[in-house]
Amino acid sequence: MASEWSPGSSSRRTFIKQTTGLAGLTLAPMNQAEPSAPGPTLVQGATELSLRINGRVYSLRAEPRTTLLDALREYLHLTGTKKGCDHGQCGACTVHVDGERITSCLTLAIMQQGKQITTIEGLAKGDQLHPMQEAFLKHDGFQCGYCTPGQIMSAVACIREGHATSDDQCREWMSGNICRCGAYPNILAAIREVASSQ
Amino acid sequence: MNDFHYAKASTAKEAADLMNDQPGAVYLAGATTLLDLMKANLAAPPLLIDINTLPFKGIEQTKDGLRIGTMERMSTVGENPLVVQEFPAVSQSLLLAASAQLRNMASIGGNLLQRTRCGYFRDAAFPCNKRQPGSGCPALTGDNHNMAILGTSERCITTSYPGDLAVALLAFDAVLILQNQKGKQRQVPINEFYLLPGDTPHRENVLEAGELIVAVLIPTATHAQHSTYLKVRERTSYAYALASAAVGLDVQNGIIRSARVALGGVGAQPWRSPAAEKVLTGAPANRATFQDAASAALQNAKPRSENAFKIELAQNTLVRALETVANA
Repeated sequence: MASEWSPGSSSRRTFIKQTTGLAGLTLAPMNQAEPSAPGPTLVQGATELSLRINGRVYSLRAEPRTTLLDALREYLHLTGTKKGCDHGQCGACTVHVDGERITSCLTLAIMQQGKQITTIEGLAKGDQLHPMQEAFLKHDGFQCGYCTPGQIMSAVACIREGHATSDDQCREWMSGNICRCGAYPNILAAIREVASSQ
Repeated sequence: MNDFHYAKASTAKEAADLMNDQPGAVYLAGATTLLDLMKANLAAPPLLIDINTLPFKGIEQTKDGLRIGTMERMSTVGENPLVVQEFPAVSQSLLLAASAQLRNMASIGGNLLQRTRCGYFRDAAFPCNKRQPGSGCPALTGDNHNMAILGTSERCITTSYPGDLAVALLAFDAVLILQNQKGKQRQVPINEFYLLPGDTPHRENVLEAGELIVAVLIPTATHAQHSTYLKVRERTSYAYALASAAVGLDVQNGIIRSARVALGGVGAQPWRSPAAEKVLTGAPANRATFQDAASAALQNAKPRSENAFKIELAQNTLVRALETVANA
């Protein structure tokens, strides 16, 4: 998974991205393009933004009204994060900002400069899946798969918060992630297995 | 969403100056309610002033209670040990609201300012006296199953106030500290903060243009330490209340020394019930007393064709909440 956004990689998806156009997207090493806090500068129209995602700094040119979700999907082509309702009601767009889960559709990219953003693409280490990804596979925690990246990001945070210590607690603290297919029992089994192994 | 301008304020003065220079500008904190409204074409501010770095933060014990900065997130306040210990109903109201993701984003100041979930308000195709004064209230003759039964007017029957935190703060006599554009602060008890729709449903609170809620003060009290928030919904989790109750009791030798009762899900605004508190105070802490209090709390309810169920639901919610506290 990590290879998908590594410079120099020639995976299938990178090729598609390049042929469909990478306008506005540049990859920079961590020590460059530190985001600045310009005080009361009025930002009008498209400007240069800098986002730190999965350990890398990405630059993009976008309007203030660009949500973090749209920045990830439409500008940076990190399409693992899904757009479901776009109103914070379904959880499909869940990502981590400074380690906390949020819905990326209800925040602006411009607000998240300088923060550490983690998306589903940042969970695996190379070809080694995150334990939660393994558990979703093992327990068949999805059908159509559209809610799955959000479910997994939320689940990882849920355990880290200490909110997965019982089935009931886990259900309550995962209620912001809707699964239209109804894979809830298997999602719950996956999360509880990872929680109990830690 | 409209194509707005954005500015990040690093001091309250900067925020105020930006607000002065741009009529119609709005403050941006957690963004959850604001962006939701903007995506639905219910708000189109020309400028968003990001106030997330303003220093209205911290949860501190004071001489007579807690002081909570309004830039704190719902999740932080809900799980704060001081809040859990001194004001369990306040903690529960926060953790039973929204989802874990939204609670990590939403500031408690913004939470107090959330707008109605009335389907007519939220659909820009309909007239609405809240959105456009004088345009009418389609809910009067429309779908009303989740409309308020207390505090409505013929101009606006609106869905009951959707929030939970405000209900708990109202029960326990919280005071809001507001700061205007000149930096001057004033204290407003939360029971004077929200306005009933009356003839001016577009005015929902006493906040003046450019004014910020900077802190919430909650006084320590025995009835607040022995409190709970019970929320009844159409599904188990992640939904607005059909009825909710924030209650606190100080019971000594089986007699209620002091009581606090506020209801959510039934009022056009968060609903304190002095009538229920009067019934409870000095009475034995038993089911009969609690049922009398519940009757008193709902005696002025005005249901419409589809929402009369809320009367009994709210009464039962209140009785169960009182029993929970009395038996704890």
